[in-house]
Amino acid sequence: MAITLSDEVVRNAIDTAALTRRLRGLRRRSRIKALLLVAPLMLFLLSVFVLPIGLLLTRSVDNSDVSLALPNTATALSSWSSEHAPDEPLFAALAADLKASSRERVAEAAKRLNNYESGIRSSLLKTARTIRKAEAPYQPAFVEADPRWATPERWAALKQAMPRLTDFYLLAALDLQRDEMGRITGVAPENAVHLDVLIRTFVVSISVTLSCVLLGYPLAALMARSTGWVANTLLILVLLPFWTSLLVRTSAWVVLLQSRGIVNSALIWLGLLDPTQPLELIYNRAGVLIAMTHILLPFMVLPIYSVMKTIPPVYMRAASSLGAPPSSVFWRVYLPMSMPGVSAGGLLVFILALGYYITPALVGGPRDQMVSYFIAYYANQVTNWGMAAALSAILLVAVLVLYALYNRLIGIDRLRIG
Amino acid sequence: MRTILKVLQSSAVGLVLTMPAFAQDTITVTSWGGAYTKSQEKAFFEPYSKETGVKILQDEWDGSTAKLKGMVETGQVTWDVVDVEPGHALQGCDEGWLDEIDYSEVGGKEAFIDGAAMDCAAATIVFGTIYAYDADKFANGGPTTMADLFDTEKFPGPRALRKAPKTTLEFALIADGVKPSEVYDVLGTPEGVDRAFKKLDTIKKDVKVWWTAGAQPPQLLADGEVVMTTAWNGRIYDAVKNSGKNFKIVWDGQGMDFNLWAQPKGAAHKEAADKFIAYTLNPDVMARQSQYISYGPTLKAAIEKVPAEVLPDLPTAPENAKNAFVVSAEFWADHDEELTERFNKWLAQ
Amino acid sequence: MSAAFSFNRIVAIGLWVVGGGTALFLIAPILAIIPLSFNAEPFFTYPMPGLSLRWYNEFFSSEVWKLALRNSIIVAVFATLLSTVLGTLAAIGLSQSDCPARATLTAILISPMIVPVVVAAVGIYYAFAAVGLLNSLTGLVLAHTVLGAPFVVVTVTAALSGFDQNLMRAAASLGAGPVEAVLRVMLPLIAPGVASGALFAFVTSFDEVVVALFIAGSEERTLPRQMWSGVRETLSPTIAAVAALLIVFSTLFLATIQWLQGRAELQKTHREE
Repeated sequence: MAITLSDEVVRNAIDTAALTRRLRGLRRRSRIKALLLVAPLMLFLLSVFVLPIGLLLTRSVDNSDVSLALPNTATALSSWSSEHAPDEPLFAALAADLKASSRERVAEAAKRLNNYESGIRSSLLKTARTIRKAEAPYQPAFVEADPRWATPERWAALKQAMPRLTDFYLLAALDLQRDEMGRITGVAPENAVHLDVLIRTFVVSISVTLSCVLLGYPLAALMARSTGWVANTLLILVLLPFWTSLLVRTSAWVVLLQSRGIVNSALIWLGLLDPTQPLELIYNRAGVLIAMTHILLPFMVLPIYSVMKTIPPVYMRAASSLGAPPSSVFWRVYLPMSMPGVSAGGLLVFILALGYYITPALVGGPRDQMVSYFIAYYANQVTNWGMAAALSAILLVAVLVLYALYNRLIGIDRLRIG
Repeated sequence: MRTILKVLQSSAVGLVLTMPAFAQDTITVTSWGGAYTKSQEKAFFEPYSKETGVKILQDEWDGSTAKLKGMVETGQVTWDVVDVEPGHALQGCDEGWLDEIDYSEVGGKEAFIDGAAMDCAAATIVFGTIYAYDADKFANGGPTTMADLFDTEKFPGPRALRKAPKTTLEFALIADGVKPSEVYDVLGTPEGVDRAFKKLDTIKKDVKVWWTAGAQPPQLLADGEVVMTTAWNGRIYDAVKNSGKNFKIVWDGQGMDFNLWAQPKGAAHKEAADKFIAYTLNPDVMARQSQYISYGPTLKAAIEKVPAEVLPDLPTAPENAKNAFVVSAEFWADHDEELTERFNKWLAQ
Repeated sequence: MSAAFSFNRIVAIGLWVVGGGTALFLIAPILAIIPLSFNAEPFFTYPMPGLSLRWYNEFFSSEVWKLALRNSIIVAVFATLLSTVLGTLAAIGLSQSDCPARATLTAILISPMIVPVVVAAVGIYYAFAAVGLLNSLTGLVLAHTVLGAPFVVVTVTAALSGFDQNLMRAAASLGAGPVEAVLRVMLPLIAPGVASGALFAFVTSFDEVVVALFIAGSEERTLPRQMWSGVRETLSPTIAAVAALLIVFSTLFLATIQWLQGRAELQKTHREE
């Protein structure tokens, strides 16, 4: 084996062109080998992660529920304009659809239609109940079930709901809507909530990131200058929470922050607090900030610490010996050199905070819930896929932009854990 | 490589083996948690499992229909029996996600009190949505009317209300002066809905917790987190009886309602679920539940079997029902989704 | 000199106060919940009227908690196996000197760590509903593999960065096939990295609640899901008992990881010698 190989090498060495070709072939083979090794996980992620999210996002512009449930009505409406009064062919088409489509389908369409005219959901469901048993002509039966069926506005709303694509949800995610003329306007104040939620998500994430920097930087500095068992103990104090279940940490905060929880009891016992006026620390913004800071702090401390460990103390000594006062040694040497750790930790904490759901849901009040809560709410509690997808799209774009920034500034291959 | 393949193979086998862990002899019953589920456990689940060997797996829900509907739509129904409210029963029939109940097996609809035998669900209890307070916190006399719940000047302190429009909006209107008997006439109009939200606005900042599970209210009172809270009467009764708490119920303006067994369409263990429901709809079995919680039975024949000492604590006791309303199934079947959406937006604002 | 000395002392004291206080803030809540799990009363108030083991008893005798524990272990084990195999292969591929578009590939493979888990959960829920994977342990295993594999990629890539690729060439020249070379030369050397990746994947799955909330039914409930409904609804001391047990678990995990990393360091220094 070894002999034949060396023979081959000798022979090929004579022909340089052949050697180059062969090298290139080898390179190609090893590239393919590398890709083949990556392929299983890549394909797995594409099918179980990327594709599902992609499919979900298409729901943010998808409007086919109504036209699928009411195909005859869609055809009949395409040649109808709102200047005319609704006529029997329209009623007959809708009646045919209500009889032919399944109850689930009709319920789904009715819910969609409610976006275009409030109250249409219950009206259509009630009408469907009577129409399923009715015979032609249908107009009187419809009008008897709900007089609104005689008005062109009702049918105009139906017609508006027929196109397969819609920007309704994306606009609604920013508290916008289209009026009858198709212009973009703000939604009614009792429906304007999403913009507030998006702003709140950013405000909470920024506040948490800042408090993580303020608490994390000194701790990392302390760890970096400690040695021996002190350094080890501090590291364990940071790593143990990191490894402890998120739910354990969150439930610990619930217990601690309650009106008669440990924090309040301790303050009362110390005489710092009037027993009848406990601090309100839970189910509000304070609770969310405290618990989220606690949970995300290790993600801030560890990157700063690993950068600080690489700063040679000799630089600071050099600066001092050149006559720099201690404060400028810190501001002009140590801080700039530790900044990469701060920006790495800061971006990571901010990105993770943007998507937080469990902790605010358990320790926050209704006005502290962030965008993830509303995504879950729309998907799980009211099955409004359009709104869930539109809010997901906004959150995802924000996170991916920051992720790209992180990749650019720090490099994803520098990401270390544990 | 061979080792890796072997590992993969054995893990695939492992996965397949763990899949059918629960065969025919298990049904999942989804209820409202806490003391109520405990009472069902003692009265129904445990004796039934002992008698038949059928294992009953419990799950909890908060009455929001999306999950249930999602199961039926995707055809992956893991709840075999669900404890629902009447609004769900109507809506589920209309929208096709609940099965109809076969009353021939359980003595016909006539065996039930009025309104308890619905097409898609059979009631097992009558309960009241009330509000309660911690009497230790009000040494000079506690609140007595629905209006007092909203009066934070006369009765200061944090409140808890249910995180749902059902009964919360009715309470707001009653506190605002609407007669319990007319509450749905008012709530049926857009102005009435606005009026209810306006009344809720007045205590929004004093509502510390919006509860989603029936077990929360007694817990919140016990923890001192709030001084008064809306609740289901049996939960307060349980805390007083079993944990010796000094909680008092205000019956003024209570909303009387049913809890009913329903079966989601396409449930995995339909037959076993039928048998379980039939078992509980027997007067002797049904009456057992009142030993554990202060809810009244729905079978006429079961009413006389309720222990006498529980009677004054039932929502149907004449003294308690004086100024009550019956929660309207029709109203909530039609308006639950719209009002829930509006309610949640209002909360987030 | 003396001014600088005293300044340094002030800085040192300040660091100890703020840094030490922060370290205390990190650990205190975790320690505080443990005693509450021995509370004799069902309500969560301090001071505790008496001590008892009833909540541990409740945990170990409750069908529901036992089921949740069992599901959590099954799902975490299989998700760990899958993500370790897939993640290690991918990391070996990425560490090849000829791997094309390495940065982009890495960014995609690691993205599940970054994408908000609610978005992933809703997407997976939506897709799994269509293919019938809802309410199954298989579905949960697949979803948790997605979340766990990036950790394996990261730790194994880090281990491979210290791996001398010449060893593979040496193995090949000694007649080992590529698979044999990986199994007998590379894997033993990067084993600590693979093992810590596997631990991360295990903990990720064992601790995961959002995906479980969406795609698991009542028969597939996991420990975190059961805790979530517990904390949300009735904060009974059983939760504290479960929490205390999980804290013991995480301490063991942390110790294992530290030991593995110590071994990896040791190997590195050996090689450098």
